[in-house]
Amino acid sequence: MTAVEAPAPRRKFRESTLGQIWTGLTRSPAGFAGTVLVLAIVGFSFIGPLVVDQHNPTDTSQIWTAPSGEHWLGTQYEGKDTFTILVNSGAEPIWVGGMAATMAVIVAVVLGSIAGYFRGRIDALLLQLTDVTVTIPQFLLMIAVVAFFEDIPPWGVAIVVGSTMWAFLFRSIRAQVMSLKEREFVEAAKLQHLGTARIVFREILPNMAGFIFVNFVIAVNQAIYAIVGLYILGLMPSGTPNWGLMIHLSWQNNFFLLPVAMPFVLAPLLMIVLFTIGLVTMGRGLDQALNPRLRER
Amino acid sequence: MSETPLLKLSGLEQVFDTRKGPVAAVGGVDLEIKAGKVLCLVGESGCGKTTTARAAAGITRPTSGAVEFRGKPLTAMNAAERTEYRRSVQYIHQDPYAALNPTRTVYSTLTAGLKRHGLVKGRTEARAKAAELLRLVDLTPPESYLDSYPHQLSGGQRQRVNVARSLAMDPKLLICDESTSMLDVSIRVSLLNTLGRLRDELDVGFLFITHDLAVAKYFAWDGEIAVMYLGKVVEHGPTPEVIGNPQHPYTKALIGAVCEPDPDLAKANRSAEQLRSAEIPSLHDLPAGCAFHPRCPAFEPGVCDGERPLLQLASRRNVACHVVARDRAPAAADDRTLTFDAVPGLRRPEPESAI
Amino acid sequence: MTDPILSVRDLSIAYRTGRKESVTAVSGIDLDLYEGQSLALVGESGCGKTTLGLGLLRLLPGLGEITSGSLTYRLKDGSTADLLKMKPEQLRRFRWAEAAMVFQGAMNAFNPVIKIIDHFADTLRDHSDGKKQWTKAAVEARAGELLETVRLDPDRVLQSYPHELSGGMKQRALIALAIALDPQVLVLDEPTTALDLLTQRSIVQQLHELRKKFGFTMVFITHDLGLAAELADRVATMYAGRIIETGSARDIFYEPKHPYTAGLINAVMPVKGERPQLESIPGYPPSLKAMPSGCAFHPRCAFATDACKRERIDLDLLTERPLGMSHTAACLHHDQVRFQRKGTGTSTERPASIVESETADV
Repeated sequence: MTAVEAPAPRRKFRESTLGQIWTGLTRSPAGFAGTVLVLAIVGFSFIGPLVVDQHNPTDTSQIWTAPSGEHWLGTQYEGKDTFTILVNSGAEPIWVGGMAATMAVIVAVVLGSIAGYFRGRIDALLLQLTDVTVTIPQFLLMIAVVAFFEDIPPWGVAIVVGSTMWAFLFRSIRAQVMSLKEREFVEAAKLQHLGTARIVFREILPNMAGFIFVNFVIAVNQAIYAIVGLYILGLMPSGTPNWGLMIHLSWQNNFFLLPVAMPFVLAPLLMIVLFTIGLVTMGRGLDQALNPRLRER
Repeated sequence: MSETPLLKLSGLEQVFDTRKGPVAAVGGVDLEIKAGKVLCLVGESGCGKTTTARAAAGITRPTSGAVEFRGKPLTAMNAAERTEYRRSVQYIHQDPYAALNPTRTVYSTLTAGLKRHGLVKGRTEARAKAAELLRLVDLTPPESYLDSYPHQLSGGQRQRVNVARSLAMDPKLLICDESTSMLDVSIRVSLLNTLGRLRDELDVGFLFITHDLAVAKYFAWDGEIAVMYLGKVVEHGPTPEVIGNPQHPYTKALIGAVCEPDPDLAKANRSAEQLRSAEIPSLHDLPAGCAFHPRCPAFEPGVCDGERPLLQLASRRNVACHVVARDRAPAAADDRTLTFDAVPGLRRPEPESAI
Repeated sequence: MTDPILSVRDLSIAYRTGRKESVTAVSGIDLDLYEGQSLALVGESGCGKTTLGLGLLRLLPGLGEITSGSLTYRLKDGSTADLLKMKPEQLRRFRWAEAAMVFQGAMNAFNPVIKIIDHFADTLRDHSDGKKQWTKAAVEARAGELLETVRLDPDRVLQSYPHELSGGMKQRALIALAIALDPQVLVLDEPTTALDLLTQRSIVQQLHELRKKFGFTMVFITHDLGLAAELADRVATMYAGRIIETGSARDIFYEPKHPYTAGLINAVMPVKGERPQLESIPGYPPSLKAMPSGCAFHPRCAFATDACKRERIDLDLLTERPLGMSHTAACLHHDQVRFQRKGTGTSTERPASIVESETADV
């Protein structure tokens, strides 16, 4: 045999799942733009507060000033700098959204894999559970829970939001595992006596990495909507500043009727819209990067 | 030398429940495979050869009958014996693309089982062992394949990796399910040559499933061929006998249907006998008597459509055919007169009818 | 007539792989096909045979594109037409009426939710020239007639859905559909692959009969050399997107002059006769993206010399015959290739090896 035509290229990183995500994101212009947008907003919200001067006193002489060199987005009803408020407003929704999505994805992946791989009683039980979860109106449940535990911490919100999101993802993961487990490479792994845990988590799951990742991105988006929604309705303790709270204030006090208040009203909306667009385009880029059918050229 | 066979199937039956009722995909098969020997199961799709192979590999549990490994039925094995059987009997799939996990490197695929069963310690040893396996299947130099992903390999290379993976378990028997049918001709020959070398050097037995008689002949020349039709073995004997002097009309038809790479021979073949029907009967509704009779050119009413023919000895192989059995009865001598082209009564093929 | 029915000159086909990248799948094809001939395009997967077959009817998938060359057909009315200059409407009429294709994989070529009769109705109506009204009864009569020529029972088949037919029946129905408008040229892509052995044989018989009856010109694409020996008058071997040897079936199977053809035939397992010791061609076919310089086969060739690596080798005329039956091979060392595999009896020894040359540069 002179089988030297195909020497394995030493491109380990590019071939690994993370590497594929990276190449996929950087190759398609839309995916790249989305990633940049998402990273920019995350950076703005998490690194911004460390850079921007946190001293932002109430100043009644400076109420509703127009944008200027000193106050980039003007000031708000208490004379505080709107830009400083905006910088501090992103961290909580993003953090809670990310955490809720992570929890939902982990629960969905673990339970979905188990249900899809083993089928039988446990599958039937979990399906019943998702049926119940899916039929409960999610937002109403969140409202009820948040209203019940008045002073709820951010991680508590994350759990509430996450617990309403896992059911849909569970079903698609389960379906994917059910189809993947019929594939011959899984049978080959079984014939090697590799052990169930390894087969499920190391043979089957990596083949769904793209799907899981894309769903994670979508879940983050949904979770942010949910948490911002709770703030807008004024159901959350008004402690730290955040996008939802800003919108809530504008809504409650009819600031949107006030032309000088426009920067304060529009800034959080714009942030949410941009973040959503960023996540969606990034998700689409990822889908292309990780879906083997689309990747095959 | 009558050692116990490596693997023995006796009275193997596999019935599947379908919407149209139970279907016997395999209806009573007896086969034996010895160490270092090849048994080829030949037949068209739906004849039960893959079902038989899967039962032999322990992937499915037969409805009735027994699979014995080294004289011990699978059902009577304890956990340790079962593990031993699992490792000793390896299965190679047909599709080299589907049988490798697209997210694992060749190294990772080859060593997963070794690591799991504690056969290698440490990365250096694992890599050395994986390289040795690749060398066994002629993927050299191994270093250029170890870190490849399946999509970087050609079909032939992937199938070699599949073989290497099963060799990692130090198998005594390889069950190959159409393992070469998806490969190009030249690649197929070289893989078969590699497998033949493994058989001779490592004394591995083979249960080789194929629809291609030429492959069966090439690979199992020193072994045996069993021809299956609709869930039953209809002819079983040493390869040179079955291929060179087929007795069952079905085997004759199969051999006559092979397109040879030889235009003159093809021209000579054109006048050959045709089957009475090109369609295989459905397993749901098997014909009475010999299942082949509606297609058989040697069909004789009253002889073939009554009872099921039994496998019985005829010219150094077993044949399940009423006509062969009857013609042999008076002259027990080794007669070779009934060859395919000599079957009397050239019938025109009829338009294909309903299944 | 002595004009070829189809004449291909310097045809190249490329596939787009990226926004600015493309790979050439087929290049420099010259081919003349005469009326009533049957030509087999043989080669291993990835050699470009299917691409060429699709290209002959301009049926390439979206990313494929004919980058150069010409495709001239002689139409039924005796005029000639360049396929590459045809407008979509003309092209649509041309396909099926002048030349038809039987696609690979009989299993999937039919739309599963449309009855067989409606497939016929669609084809007949779609390509009608307006003179004939294809009423339901007319379609039924014509389709029934066609199915009978391929030995199918119209009463049973016409009202069936594709999944109700077996693989062999579907393949027959597909052939019947292809000849519905009485084309002059029939291109068949792997007509028997994925069918059972006995079904394959019956399809082969069927094609023989149809040829005798209608006298089509046939091009069939196959990796199965046995099938080529069975059905072809002429064979063209393809490797890495080029035709590297053409000749009559006897030339190719008894005296191949390109080492690749010889190796390919040598790798085919015969079922009759003694068991020969077969040799495989070392190595693997090249990727379209990384084509070796010169003769694309040189890295796998036992006869390769430095000259082979330098420049592309053109087809060299070995035996001249009329009507495209000449034997040509694209190899500098064709005189060193000796192939022996004559004798079909069971007793004759069949040495099957390429005689290595002394000058072989390994």
